[in-house]
Amino acid sequence: MSILIKGGRVIDPGKFDGIADVLIENGQIVALGSNLSAPVGGRTIHATGKLVVPGFVDVHVHFREPGFEYKETIQSGSAAAVAGGFTTVCCMPNTNPVNDNQAVTEFILERSRLAGLANVLPIGAITKGSEGKELAEIGDLRRSGCVAISDDGKPVMNSLVMRRAMEYAVAFDLTVVDHCEDLHLAEGGCMNEGLISTELGLPGIPSAAEDVMVARNLSLSELTGARLHLAHISTAGSVRMVREAKARGIRVTAEACPHHFTLTEELVRGYNTHAKMNPPLRTWADVQAIKEGLRDDTIDVIATDHAPHATQEKQQDFTEAPFGIVGLETALPLTLGLVEEGVLSLEQAIQKLTSAPAAAFGLKKGTLTVGADADVVLIDPQELWEVDPSKFRSKSRNTPFVGWKVKGRVTTTIVGGKIVFEDGPVEQ
Amino acid sequence: MSLKRKDLLSLASLSVDEIMLVLETADSFKEVTGREIKKVPALRGKTVVNLFFEPSTRTRTSFELAAKRLSADVINFSPSSSSVVKGETLLDTARNIEAMQADIIVLRHSSAGAAETLAHGVKSSVINAGDGWHEHPTQALLDLYTIRQRGMNFNGLRVAIVGDVSHSRVARSNIYALIKLGAEVRLVGPPTMMPSRVEKLGPKVYYNMDEGLRDVHVIMMLRLQLERQGRAQFPTIREYSRLYGLTAERMRLADAGAIVMHPGPINRGVEIAPDVADSLSSVILDQVANGVAVRMGILYLMSGANS
Repeated sequence: MSILIKGGRVIDPGKFDGIADVLIENGQIVALGSNLSAPVGGRTIHATGKLVVPGFVDVHVHFREPGFEYKETIQSGSAAAVAGGFTTVCCMPNTNPVNDNQAVTEFILERSRLAGLANVLPIGAITKGSEGKELAEIGDLRRSGCVAISDDGKPVMNSLVMRRAMEYAVAFDLTVVDHCEDLHLAEGGCMNEGLISTELGLPGIPSAAEDVMVARNLSLSELTGARLHLAHISTAGSVRMVREAKARGIRVTAEACPHHFTLTEELVRGYNTHAKMNPPLRTWADVQAIKEGLRDDTIDVIATDHAPHATQEKQQDFTEAPFGIVGLETALPLTLGLVEEGVLSLEQAIQKLTSAPAAAFGLKKGTLTVGADADVVLIDPQELWEVDPSKFRSKSRNTPFVGWKVKGRVTTTIVGGKIVFEDGPVEQ
Repeated sequence: MSLKRKDLLSLASLSVDEIMLVLETADSFKEVTGREIKKVPALRGKTVVNLFFEPSTRTRTSFELAAKRLSADVINFSPSSSSVVKGETLLDTARNIEAMQADIIVLRHSSAGAAETLAHGVKSSVINAGDGWHEHPTQALLDLYTIRQRGMNFNGLRVAIVGDVSHSRVARSNIYALIKLGAEVRLVGPPTMMPSRVEKLGPKVYYNMDEGLRDVHVIMMLRLQLERQGRAQFPTIREYSRLYGLTAERMRLADAGAIVMHPGPINRGVEIAPDVADSLSSVILDQVANGVAVRMGILYLMSGANS
């Protein structure tokens, strides 16, 4: 099937920005230009007033399958992804069983194929069972389809094991992703350590718990030459160190989550479990540093850390409730908020959702160049809407943004030349 | 008179007038506890449920006595942690209790914020009897009552709180109340026991006990949680006791009429020397006795707010 997208503002970061038509045939972008003619028997989408951009790439989601299907499945997670404009998502290995072997990787890829929505690309574990002791069969994981390795929420605490993992990954040109948290320093904490944790009597996680691991990982990347990606950095210290490391030529990329550039620890007051995530919401000064890092491209990538949890889990008391929020269906307007604020240019915002994450993991995604996979998103940048979790495609509703009035919405999502999401009436 | 609020969750949220109202109300019940027949019908027909998720003998007993002396029906409900089914929320447990027409739920829980979460979810009045490291408002109110009973004026009063402030809900409640009432609050202990940026709440922090005790009118000792030695909070009980234990010698640094308080249970010879605990300066048992009267006052005021 062929699709002609007519008259939208096409933004292909670093390559093109202007009013143009995009022609899709056989799952690929075949032409980008003016006055392209509609294909016979194909479909034309009129995109006047819309943005036409590459499908978003989220290098950090949790799809919970296998093992925690009551929170999310690959099917429901993929539906949430395409509704939010994400055509490619990379899912963390903290499933049950952990994705530390070929069988789990193949299972995820098969489920993704059956869902037929987004490209779901697995991230393999660094160590067996993510226990931080012995390396997983990283070569096998790579061969069967993993696009990066990480022990995510169970960061490798043993620096020698991490060194070996980085060295080993170099052989496969695999990006090593680390959730930077010193578990000893974090010691049971459940929010940012500071005046508010003191007032609320909640155990805190100091910024230093993140910073010391960022420093370690940067040193190890320098030592081994491995490609390092830092997940969800949240502190001013992390931003400063990554900026310095990049200036010295270390192969590092970094991501920030919408909640970490939008919200502060103040939201925890009232023991709001939807304000409980890891890394925790930090201070206003940290939020400013994250924004500055995004602005000067110290932080390359915006990722959601989409972490679905069931309602009853988030209804527990604050210390018991699990960390994390869903993010796929709110990321776009929150990112566009940075454009509205003047922190990012529109192109930069799109880049951090598309070509930059693709580059961080070495994926051939995130572009509209001729010959690329036809993963395309149409956005109405002016549409105002209210976040209503009951309308989420995700199985879970755990978001702190409930009731927020936001701007900018995905109207059409195309994956591999197939329309997988459409919102509102579509002109034929 | 009644408190114009459904719940008593914290002293951070109580005004000076409300605090004084509780203390004055407790005065009249103090008189009742001294009678031969220690019972009044103020809460007849009301149901008070003590919902204690953490073991506590003295606070639960104190609330139970207070409620019984007000003629309320009292139920003690102490779900052991093992019997609470994984996944069952505090709210579910509490709603079951509420369905039995509880007027007041007294909650003790190991998680900070548990009382606040509960209060939002049930119509019954909720009294926080200690939530994690957050607050223990009724303990602080009985501490204030005991100070006032000694004829001390809060304004300009110098109070030292000594020990592990970071893990102490009693300390937090006292800090909030005493600062509001115009007292000078000093926190004494090693930096490992001070919560992050606590001085922003108004107290002054002293790492040296001798300096911290100088000329104070009230010394509140906190219980040392001995199991924290293994978690690098302090090296040994021996060293802690030498640096931060209250001895007769150290008492001489304080004001001549200084009183010694402790929320109990005390570790004799660790944070407090036996001769100090048993001295005339010690008001530790007065605190326990006053606890009943203060909790009677609180239950009375809360039930009034509810009717």
